[in-house]
Amino acid sequence: MHEEIIHTDSTSKEKQNYVMLELGSTPAYGWPAFKQVVKRTVNGELFVGLWITLKEMGKTLFKGGKHTTMYPFEKMPISPRYRAIHNMLRLLESGHYRCIGCGLCEKICISNCIAMETRYDENQRKEVSEYTINFGRCIYCGYCAEVCPELAIVHGGRYETASEQRASFSLFDDMLTPIDMLKQQQEFAGFGSVTPNADAAIKKTPLAY
Amino acid sequence: MDALVIGTIIKVVLVLLVVSALAGFGTYIERKVLAFMQRRLGPAHVGPFGLLQIAADGIKLFTKEDIIPQNANKFIFSLAPVITAATAFIALSAVPLFPTFVIPESLPLIGGAIVPSIIADVNIGILFVLGMMAAGLYGPLLAGMAQANKWGILGSARTAVQFLSYEVVTGLSVLAPIMVVGSLSLIDFNNAQTGGVGSWLIWQQPIAFILFLIAGFAETNRTPFDLLEHEAEIISGYVTEYSGLRWGMFFIGEYANMFTISLIAAIVFCGGYGDLGFIPGWLALLLKVTFFFFLMLWVRASWPHIRPDQLMWLCWKVLMPLAVINIVITGIVVMI
Ligand code: SF4
Ligand code: SF4
Repeated sequence: MHEEIIHTDSTSKEKQNYVMLELGSTPAYGWPAFKQVVKRTVNGELFVGLWITLKEMGKTLFKGGKHTTMYPFEKMPISPRYRAIHNMLRLLESGHYRCIGCGLCEKICISNCIAMETRYDENQRKEVSEYTINFGRCIYCGYCAEVCPELAIVHGGRYETASEQRASFSLFDDMLTPIDMLKQQQEFAGFGSVTPNADAAIKKTPLAY
Repeated sequence: MDALVIGTIIKVVLVLLVVSALAGFGTYIERKVLAFMQRRLGPAHVGPFGLLQIAADGIKLFTKEDIIPQNANKFIFSLAPVITAATAFIALSAVPLFPTFVIPESLPLIGGAIVPSIIADVNIGILFVLGMMAAGLYGPLLAGMAQANKWGILGSARTAVQFLSYEVVTGLSVLAPIMVVGSLSLIDFNNAQTGGVGSWLIWQQPIAFILFLIAGFAETNRTPFDLLEHEAEIISGYVTEYSGLRWGMFFIGEYANMFTISLIAAIVFCGGYGDLGFIPGWLALLLKVTFFFFLMLWVRASWPHIRPDQLMWLCWKVLMPLAVINIVITGIVVMI
């Protein structure tokens, strides 16, 4: 049971709706107070708490109900939209890297951390001779992946970016799909795409109370 | 030398080693039990089932830098942890642990020594143990006041208030069983309850038992009453400035006290080391102590802290009157 009190404050112009719960009065002294103390003392609420923790312990021990992910050994799946260390993709047919050296990503990069050099190769095609991303500065905004006309630079799922040297991640060859992994190369689902298990993850909002 | 003297020395060393090791093992068990109750794993990586975590912690404590704050009273600052650890172990000297046994004659030097079940069988055993645990209050009290830190001062103020108040409840609650048994010796308590589970004093004195448990939690600074070093309120209370081995001594003292309280509860109220059906006495005692130790961890996982004013309210307005009423009723019943 609760009553609704429309409370108007002189300082604020809006009406505020407070819901006051009917908690009963607290006896301050005398026989009623003593009765309340006794009632609360012999009430088994504390044992309910004990029972719950014991049940949880049983579940953890015997029913595999533990929530720990043994992190370095096992990882939680992350969304395909997650923006971590970049991947440079290859063309599926020829295996050549997709980047055409247009320089758009370098231009758009908000923190100015992509550095690239290009030159013409013997067939007068543009070739990327240097390509590094300074991950100390990258804010993983995703603009580079957004702007790339060839879908060459995308975000990957490598989020463990602690290392002794920046060069551990930032070289072109490190980001490039290894040639023997070409079959497994995955496109970046891109911004706004839904996770594969989105349907399963949806829960109904309880509307009826 | 007398066989009993050598035996007693062996026993002292044994108790020191076993209880220190148990204190370490207690931290491991505590972490594991708390973890399971919170659906976690607890220590799992160092050694099998994380068991070597104890060793890792020990090495960490030993190798940590020993810091004494600039304005601290150096002498008292270094004395306080020793008081806590020493009183905790001295209290254990009057508690029976393991059955008496004779070391075989074939061993050189110590052969034939009689290792007693109790180091010092004083006839006021329980009084001595409770008195020693009460003296242990000087550890936190002096530690908090010597370290020139306001959190420490708050911690020691709470120590004084909490330990002194609950000392009253502990004393009064064991008074009723003492009246029933008519002795202060823990051995007599054990002998009075040899008639199986039905003869345990817990059935005659349920209120005293519950009061003793509550007060025991308060005196060992366990969860519903761990206001002395309540992290959320006063950082670490009296141990705020302690590090390394000195902190470790407080820790060992606290865990030794937990064992002492569990032991007393088991001996005074739950039949002591008498045989329990087919279970031999020493194992029965171990099981009981384990249960009480587990109870402390269990309660820690389940219940929230209480406020200092609630602590005082509970002690002086609920527990103490109950204890006094219990004594009066026991007295009348004993007289009749
Ligand atoms: S994610 Fe953003 S900051 Fe990082 S390289 Fe791409 S454009 Fe630059
Ligand atoms: S935008 Fe794409 S194609 Fe252009 S240089 Fe960057 S990665 Fe290469």
